[in-house]
Amino acid sequence: MATIRIQAEAFDAAAETAALAQGRGDIGAVVAFTGFCRDEDGRLSALELEHYPGMAEAEIARMVAEAETRWPLKGLTIIHRFGLIRPGEPIVLVLAASAHRRAAFEAAEFLMDYLKTRAPFWKREHLIDGTTGAWVEAKDADDAAMERWG
Amino acid sequence: MKLVYFAWVRERVGRTDETIDVPDGVATIADLVRWLKTRGEEYEYAFENEAVVRAAIDHVHARPEASIAGAREIAFFPPMTGG
Repeated sequence: MATIRIQAEAFDAAAETAALAQGRGDIGAVVAFTGFCRDEDGRLSALELEHYPGMAEAEIARMVAEAETRWPLKGLTIIHRFGLIRPGEPIVLVLAASAHRRAAFEAAEFLMDYLKTRAPFWKREHLIDGTTGAWVEAKDADDAAMERWG
Repeated sequence: MKLVYFAWVRERVGRTDETIDVPDGVATIADLVRWLKTRGEEYEYAFENEAVVRAAIDHVHARPEASIAGAREIAFFPPMTGG
């Protein structure tokens, strides 16, 4: 019931939402979260995303299974990009479908907290002057956000 | 056993992957890190703060005390920054 894709290409959140809900009379709510690349006040030309092929898919499948035990979900779509991503382009999409809104909201938030801290992806900055910048450091706030789910 | 490295751990070690023969007495992730650090300054640099570097055994997150017996692929990487 879940769609998981790790891809270099951009995605269309509206088209993915339509595909998830198409022909379904049982879905009452789809919550969509899209994460975009920021330019950090004009400092960045791109973010480069490295990932661990194989584990990325496996880890996201485990977090999907966990979400499905916690909430009565009717469908999930998770898309995470890798490679060079420019400011304004989408990086990640989470769609959570349920009969009612609360489960969809909560599952989408849980999955994003989980993706931030457990999915094997790493961001590195590419700077506007053409040089390669630093690896982005993990945030304690993201760990705290994950831990509150128990 | 195959070892794979990602992000700045990969850059510090200077390779994406390698195949090793695990010496006797190396039973856990922590043991493996201790042994790797004896192999050269690039490993010492990559693992200079052992508490920061994360590990996975066969695509599953693993803690330092996890047994590596029977593992096919062990990965080392920094804290994750996806999403």
